[in-house]
Amino acid sequence: MLVKNDRISEIVDGKRVIVKKPELLAPAGNLEKLKIAVHYGADAVFIGGQEYSLRANADNFTIEEIREGVEFANRYGAKVYVTANIYAHNENIPGLDDYLRALEEAGVSGIIVADPLIIETARRVAPRLEVHVSTQQSLTNWKAVQFWKEEGLERVVLAREVSAEEIRQIKENVDIEIEAFIHGAMCSAYSGRCVLSNHMTARDSNRGGCCQSCRWDYDLYQLSDGREIPLFSEGDAPFAMSAKDLNLIRAIPAMIELGVDSLKIEGRMKSIHYVATVVSVYRKVIDAYCADPDHFTIRDEWVRELDKCANRETAPSFFAGFPDHTNHMYGTHSRKPTHEFAGLVLDYDPETGIATIQQRNHFRPGDEVEFFGPEIDNFTQVIETIWDEEGNELDAARHPLQIVKMKVKRPLFPYNMMRKEN
Amino acid sequence: MKKPELLVTPTSVSHIDELAEAGADAIIIGEQRYGLRLAGEFSRSDVAAAVETAHRRGMNVYVAMNALFHNDKVDELADYVAFLAEVGADAIVFGDPAVLLTVRETAPHMKLHWSTETTATNWYACNYWGRKGAKRAVLARELNMDAILEIKAHAEVEIEVQVHGMTCMYQSKRSLIGNYFAYQGKVMEIERKKYEKGMFLYDKERDYKYPIFEDENGTHIMSPNDLCIIDELGDMVEAGIDSFKIDGVLHTADYITEVTKLYRRAIDLCTEDRERYEREKEELLAAVEALQPPHRRIDTGFFFKETIY
Repeated sequence: MLVKNDRISEIVDGKRVIVKKPELLAPAGNLEKLKIAVHYGADAVFIGGQEYSLRANADNFTIEEIREGVEFANRYGAKVYVTANIYAHNENIPGLDDYLRALEEAGVSGIIVADPLIIETARRVAPRLEVHVSTQQSLTNWKAVQFWKEEGLERVVLAREVSAEEIRQIKENVDIEIEAFIHGAMCSAYSGRCVLSNHMTARDSNRGGCCQSCRWDYDLYQLSDGREIPLFSEGDAPFAMSAKDLNLIRAIPAMIELGVDSLKIEGRMKSIHYVATVVSVYRKVIDAYCADPDHFTIRDEWVRELDKCANRETAPSFFAGFPDHTNHMYGTHSRKPTHEFAGLVLDYDPETGIATIQQRNHFRPGDEVEFFGPEIDNFTQVIETIWDEEGNELDAARHPLQIVKMKVKRPLFPYNMMRKEN
Repeated sequence: MKKPELLVTPTSVSHIDELAEAGADAIIIGEQRYGLRLAGEFSRSDVAAAVETAHRRGMNVYVAMNALFHNDKVDELADYVAFLAEVGADAIVFGDPAVLLTVRETAPHMKLHWSTETTATNWYACNYWGRKGAKRAVLARELNMDAILEIKAHAEVEIEVQVHGMTCMYQSKRSLIGNYFAYQGKVMEIERKKYEKGMFLYDKERDYKYPIFEDENGTHIMSPNDLCIIDELGDMVEAGIDSFKIDGVLHTADYITEVTKLYRRAIDLCTEDRERYEREKEELLAAVEALQPPHRRIDTGFFFKETIY
């Protein structure tokens, strides 16, 4: 019962090239992040509306902002998907029809959904929306995927617990688009099967209220004849279930050869600096591999680049096999990224070589900074003089969103970013 | 007035007769290869014996196939479903749609109960799985009484509600206990210890103890208290809830039997002599409290709680 999947590569002029290039799908927590993600090379973004989406604490989009986001993305040929992946309670049913119709009308390409209530309602009231099954359904086998295929859905996001081999088997057995996570924070539980947050803080994890209890420390004991025996020694870090973040940069070639249709970056709560950095690295990896898969190598600079915005250690999780203890964090559950976002380039004057920059973190003359962006190769320089908009010299750019000017040694483009080492 | 079914979890085949005496109407059994967080491990021959015993005592037998299956087990689901049909199990409890498709192909007359623990949160979803073939939905434990009653009012399938015992807060495929031992360098202890019973996580801030265990399905973390609403059954009985479940996972056979007796009494009183139930329900609650192991308190779970998000 093997189905024929799309051809992945072809020989062109004696050289193999990838003809089935996967979609690079990026998170966008607000309109600014959406624009950055698309500008830095995402083929599609996923966003949350005001309702029905996990991440209740993200900024989230109004319908008007969604419309603007879609228009912006369409100019780049990119798509916008909206997450509506809560497990709804009865009280969430009223208003759903109108919300889904509004998404369809705003030009959204599809929705990412877990609850059959939302799946069927979308089919009924907003049939032009593609429906993708969310990772919240924890799809772990080909037959479960086949069920959703038979329900007429276009795409499934697999559980983060499936391995490369399992993805291959699913692809072989079911002809449906597969979306898989490649980068970002991980639930250590099966998604949708964790209610720690409900119990510990009365916040509903499956409706976006997750308080991340899995990032806390606990002490492990054993009850034996009524006595509580600690299963840790003095000096051991406490028990933790905290998973390192996913980082599959080295597995991208494998994912492309498996025919995965969409490669997904997690992180609607992350900054524009994070989104820009991660998207641009994966954009380069995918493009380089697809152009010449047989002579491809991962460049160290790409790996280092991801490290510049990583606030946790990373691991390949289930993709390469069963995660051992090195996939977890004990004692400390985060770290400082090696770099911090310093400024966003608004403009550059080629006549004078002066860039206009919006401050995002404190910087001053003498700081060494690095510029990056889709149009340029990364370069570093030491900041010389900084002026304010009126041309007054400043001893530092210390106000958030302050507009300053400075001389840069190479041409820059709007949306390029400036970062400095922590 | 319609009596809801009293559904309980035996720890072994020999426990079933005791539970029948205690007044249970149905049992849920299975093995960890296919089922999640069971009170006892029932091999195929145990299942066959359990069905025989239970049917002789007029009880229904539901078998758990509610694990999240990976590809490696998909091909063997049909064989297990065929076996369950052959020995006469009364229903299969499932969460993964792979089981639903397998039952359609292998034993289309087998009854299905939809049970995912955390995701049965609205009446539409219950009816959806009903249209796909389920006869019953087992509600999420994170619902309050009003939500449960509203679901029942709209439900086209039977509704099962857990009224007593531990609930699952977290399931990971990861080997969290084994990994922690490995992190501590206690390599020799991993295989011996990680499957042992009686482990718990201590949460200093809340002064809670969460039972934790590992099995073939990964790592499970359970609620710090046992749910108990033996004194709050009235509204659900009146609404016609179809099944009340006592979950005995991580409890002893004696405890499960004694709790079953108390709920038998509560359901009988509540349906036959409501005034007397109202008078005696505090005593029933006190009797449950007296049965609790020293480290396990009881509470009302989410029945009277508001969650925000």
